[in-house]
Amino acid sequence: MNPVNYLYLAALLFTIGATGVLIRRNAIVVFMCVELMLNACNLAFVAFSRMHGNLDGQIIAFFTMVVAAAEVVVGLAIIVSLFRSRHSASVDDASLMKL
Amino acid sequence: MENLIALLVAAPLLGAAVLLCGGRRLDRYGHLLGTVLAAASFVIGAVLFFDMLGRGAEERALYQTLFAWVPVEGFQANIAFQLDQLSMTFVLLISGVGTLIHVYSIGYMEHDERRRRFFGYLNLFLAAMLLLVLADNYLLLYFGWEGVGLASYLLIGFWQHKPSAATAAKKAFLVNRVGDIGLSIAIMLMFTTFGTFTFGPVFQELDGAGEGTLNAIALMLLLAACGKSAQVPLQSWLGDAMEGPTPVSALIHAATMVTAGVYLITRSGAIFNAAPDAQLVVVVVGAVTLLFGAIVGCAKDDIKKALAGSTMSQIGYMVLAAGLGPIGYVFAIMHLVTHGFFKAGLFLGAGSVMHAMNDEVDMRKYGGLRKYMPVTFVTFGLGYLAIIGFPGLSGFWSKDKIIEAAFAKGGAEGWILGAVTLLGAGITAYYMTRVMLMTFFGEKRWQPAPAADAATDVEPSADHHPGELPHPHESPKSMTVPMIVLAFGSVFAGALFSFNSSFVHWLEPVTRFEHGHPPVGAAVITTATVVVLLIGAGIAYAQYGRKPVPVTAPRGSLLTRAARRDLLQDDFNHVVLVRGGEHLTRSLVYLDHSLVDGVVNGTAASVGGLSGRLRKLQNGFARSYALSMFGGTAVLIAATLLMRGV
Repeated sequence: MNPVNYLYLAALLFTIGATGVLIRRNAIVVFMCVELMLNACNLAFVAFSRMHGNLDGQIIAFFTMVVAAAEVVVGLAIIVSLFRSRHSASVDDASLMKL
Repeated sequence: MENLIALLVAAPLLGAAVLLCGGRRLDRYGHLLGTVLAAASFVIGAVLFFDMLGRGAEERALYQTLFAWVPVEGFQANIAFQLDQLSMTFVLLISGVGTLIHVYSIGYMEHDERRRRFFGYLNLFLAAMLLLVLADNYLLLYFGWEGVGLASYLLIGFWQHKPSAATAAKKAFLVNRVGDIGLSIAIMLMFTTFGTFTFGPVFQELDGAGEGTLNAIALMLLLAACGKSAQVPLQSWLGDAMEGPTPVSALIHAATMVTAGVYLITRSGAIFNAAPDAQLVVVVVGAVTLLFGAIVGCAKDDIKKALAGSTMSQIGYMVLAAGLGPIGYVFAIMHLVTHGFFKAGLFLGAGSVMHAMNDEVDMRKYGGLRKYMPVTFVTFGLGYLAIIGFPGLSGFWSKDKIIEAAFAKGGAEGWILGAVTLLGAGITAYYMTRVMLMTFFGEKRWQPAPAADAATDVEPSADHHPGELPHPHESPKSMTVPMIVLAFGSVFAGALFSFNSSFVHWLEPVTRFEHGHPPVGAAVITTATVVVLLIGAGIAYAQYGRKPVPVTAPRGSLLTRAARRDLLQDDFNHVVLVRGGEHLTRSLVYLDHSLVDGVVNGTAASVGGLSGRLRKLQNGFARSYALSMFGGTAVLIAATLLMRGV
């Protein structure tokens, strides 16, 4: 199978993730969309690795997974504490990041 | 011999330094020190004079260079002196009259607790004035010029506790400053045109300059002369300068400093001869001032201010004569010297009268003083006869020559100038007769002395008893002797100068001389002068001698009232210059507020408004931040791809 198709799939996944981040209000869903974008990147890395015949892309994919895992820990913790203080997981309710 | 020149200046300068820095321990004999040093200057001047007489007419000038003052590449200013016949004349006049007035001041200022300081200032004045006339270049002359201005300021405001004196000093200083700008511009023009401002080289290189440049230099010099010599339009300070002690009025504002303008014009004669347009302006200024001062002098009841108007008028004669060119320079200086004698004598006489009358200056409150003050009466009377040009006395010889020279100018100008000088002679006779009659003749119109207030208690009056009539008495010897000496000068100087044309021969090598040829005979002009002065004196006698003089001044005609207000000169200055300046300032402030501030504030407001709008983008919603991140990244990637594609 032509590896370019994987790139198309990666682009599609990334677009779905980005759209989700922009239009969804629920913090958990936004968070999952971010994960989807990261995994789309991983897919692209692996496809490129296969296309160019070296392992750098696969190694980077592992790094991404580690970073994503760490990010999940921190991100979920923030969402949980936000939910506890506001009884809502909507990202639009937490609009304090302004002057 | 030339090494003595610096001592002329050094002696009074030393006196000023010692007296002004020495402190109170010099109070007891400070005035004597000042007088001795002034006399020393006169003695040195006399020695140099007799030495000069021993040499031929063309080798009389002496030069002394002390040191390089501003030695810069292409700009050389030296402390260097030039003592020629013109400077010599001034040196003798300044140090001679100066010494007499020092002596007079010993008596006049006896009861003033700041007498030492007064003598220090007088010495400072002598030093600056001698520097002015001895300088061999315009920059050093300017130094002396400013020095006399400073001394004049300090001495007019000597009784600074009187607000009127303090104001008068400031006024004199400011008006003089206007003239000084003229002198500094003239020096700059000379330097750019000739590359030097030393007298000799400048006068030799005149041919190389265009007439426009020479006219500009000459007019700037004239502006300077107008400021220092109280000529129209910068005349307004002289009347107020009479606030100073009377010896100051006699020395600075009658005999010497105010004639510095005439010296400047005569010294720069070569420039003026090459600039006929400027020369015409000089003549006009002289003629206008001559009548202006005379008219003011007719209306003043304050004896010193009447004499100040007279000084202005007589200097107008000198300026007019100096403006006539080589036919007039010699007579301008001759009138300057004789005027120095009789006007100083008149002022000292006025001071003596004031001394006797509890410092009263209003002539309407004098009257009948000739019996009480015989010496003052006789000396003042001789000065009076000299100034009106009574045949045989000093003023007659010098003024008559100026009138002749004015007629000799030729053409319609000659007739107009001659008529103006003749008319001036008549008015001079009128106002001086008026002063004489009101002061020394008629019945007593003495008034009780006003209650002494804190502001006047240090003035020099020995017996100031409020509420009592004055007890006029003759002044002490220290005051009468200088008056007698000056009276001798008033009587004989003119005849001495005219005998065998000695003064003309004396000054001719410096100023050049051409015989003027008046359209009518000299005898006719002399007769006309005498007739005019008899008419003037006769009118004054009819008005002030035969009728009693009212103690309060009558309202008078429109001209009289205008003349009492100095022919509205202050009002004119106020309306045109002060108001004009205020309006200019206000419009500049308005411009500053609207335009300059507008631009600055507008910029700040628009930047602020833009920031306020940009701030709205930061709304706190995480999703909109995410959108801008995506958008930004997309733009960056697109740009990168585009650039790579190109």
